[in-house]
Amino acid sequence: MYSFKDLRKKSKQAVDGTPRRLAILGDISTQFLAVAVRGFAAFEYLPLEVYDTDYNQIEAQLLDPTSEVYGFEPDSILLWLATDKLYEEFLDLPLEARSGFASSIMQKITMYWDLIAQHCKANILQMNFTEVDDKSLGNYSCKVDSAFVYQIRKLNFMLAEAMEQRKDIYPIDLLSVQVRLGTSAFYDAPLYYNAKMSVSTDALPYVAKAVIDVQKALAGRIKKCVVLDLDNTLWGGVIGDDGMDNIEIGELGRGHVFTDFQRWLKQLKECGIILCVCSKNNEDTAKKPFEEHDEMILRLLDIALFVANWDDKASNIRLIQKTLNIGMDSIVFIDDNPFERNLVRQMIPEIEVPELPEDPALYLGYLQEQNYFETASFTGAGSDRTKLYQAEFERTKLMMSFESIDGYLESLEMIGEAKPFEESKYSRIAQLTQRSNQFNLRTVRYTDADIQSIANDPNYVTLYYTLRDKFGDHGLVGVVIMKKKNEEELFIDTWLMSCRVLKRGMEEYIVNGFMREAKKRGYKRVYGEYIPTPKNAMVKDIYKVMGFEEISENNYVMDVSKYKEKKIYIKE
Amino acid sequence: MERNEILKKITEIARDVFDNDEVELTEQTTAADVEEWDSLSHLSLISDIEREFGIRFTLSEISGSKNVGEFIDALIKHLDRT
Repeated sequence: MYSFKDLRKKSKQAVDGTPRRLAILGDISTQFLAVAVRGFAAFEYLPLEVYDTDYNQIEAQLLDPTSEVYGFEPDSILLWLATDKLYEEFLDLPLEARSGFASSIMQKITMYWDLIAQHCKANILQMNFTEVDDKSLGNYSCKVDSAFVYQIRKLNFMLAEAMEQRKDIYPIDLLSVQVRLGTSAFYDAPLYYNAKMSVSTDALPYVAKAVIDVQKALAGRIKKCVVLDLDNTLWGGVIGDDGMDNIEIGELGRGHVFTDFQRWLKQLKECGIILCVCSKNNEDTAKKPFEEHDEMILRLLDIALFVANWDDKASNIRLIQKTLNIGMDSIVFIDDNPFERNLVRQMIPEIEVPELPEDPALYLGYLQEQNYFETASFTGAGSDRTKLYQAEFERTKLMMSFESIDGYLESLEMIGEAKPFEESKYSRIAQLTQRSNQFNLRTVRYTDADIQSIANDPNYVTLYYTLRDKFGDHGLVGVVIMKKKNEEELFIDTWLMSCRVLKRGMEEYIVNGFMREAKKRGYKRVYGEYIPTPKNAMVKDIYKVMGFEEISENNYVMDVSKYKEKKIYIKE
Repeated sequence: MERNEILKKITEIARDVFDNDEVELTEQTTAADVEEWDSLSHLSLISDIEREFGIRFTLSEISGSKNVGEFIDALIKHLDRT
């Protein structure tokens, strides 16, 4: 979050465009809020003119038809009755009058609303009420209607009900800011008594964000669609490797985290947000949990567009955006993988890409905190848009062509390494042969002991591959085992790669590496074979793509002297 | 931290808050001596100093300090306590 200092500096910066006009009216000092709101608007490129009235001028301004506030011709008027002031008013009341406190304040607020409606066209941003931990009767206060906590909670509820009846009122949920930050951070007593400011300078940016979020929604800047990754985002684990029975979803263990996340997403969909899937997977594999897993909350019917293939995600998101025919800036892309996030962010700067925390348990709270789904209307009944989009998608899918991502790959500054097996890596190599299902040409499983004997056997040529880029180290991501057929020929017994590093030139880097190794050792030909499994369809044609010659079904050969090194963006 | 070091820091912060690089503070400077020093910028100044030094002034320190020197006295008291 920005600091108040950041906002103060930014508040001096103008934003091009016709500004929305916001007048602030409060019974406490609102000067700092005005500064913070101006600053936040500038950070969000929202042209906004703010008129701040003097302290405690609400009634004077609203009753006088020629007042400065009406003269300003605001689009919105922010009304802020601070709980601190209400608390003082409350305590000045005789005990017997306190039970009617919430009702009388509500009457006053309704009067303000009516005055505004009479005198100008502005809509109203209404702050709700923070709480004061009064404790006059300890915990017992909660059930005594002449206690402040009872009345302030009642007032919040009455306010909600009254706002529900009027279309021109937009709540600013100040209470939620207090709840998130805690009273000790939200409130600064010396500042209140010194300057009549009812929130701390540290809390002001959060309040300003709430105001600007609503202003953005009023200006039509809202999110309409969430594009979701699958593996380790919607469930724990990798469906292609772990299979239906082993992904984490449901009430048990870590699965609970993903279930709750899905519950929240389902609610978004019910509120009219379009959910889409964008996953690097085979479509059948990716859809299976939605169709068959008992504990999935989201089902295929909830997903407007389901895109699962091996193309880069930026191209797929463009496909989704064109099909839905909505602005890129109304899409939120949720993916646990920092590589994918950075790629999408770089290729599509307008899209919203939350920097998800590493721990899935924190996904939900983090996304809620960002408040992406601010809206200025709610129609209630769930929309049927999902189905419509599903049909439209089938049509446009065929028409799309994808852009190149070379520039992005280059900017990653990737560094790879290819080395013969060494002892410290045996376990990791064995583990990869046991776990990799998708990018695995022959799916031969090996134990630690197997790997050790292969490494020490002169009839084998072995290589393991690592990759890192400017965002981090991916570690050991590729394994190649070549078996000597005779003095001139090698056979690729194992070639596997982690799907995390797909489509960034690692495939080509691996081929360059083993062909170079074959050449160095004086071999003339390298043979490759693809053995189909239910999971490795994605590498069905990889040898062909890499320029190998097909000699029979699923069998290929490459002449070492004819091999031309592939252009890649991975350096050694 | 030495008094003159603190004065230097506060001067830097003041220049930033008042948006004026010419501002020179001494122990005797009062708000009346600096054109940009009004009630609003006073609060910004306090908030930025609190953030920079990681302390919180009391109500009487915020409203009661007569000049920059007294302000530094208060600041040093807080720094000694932490």
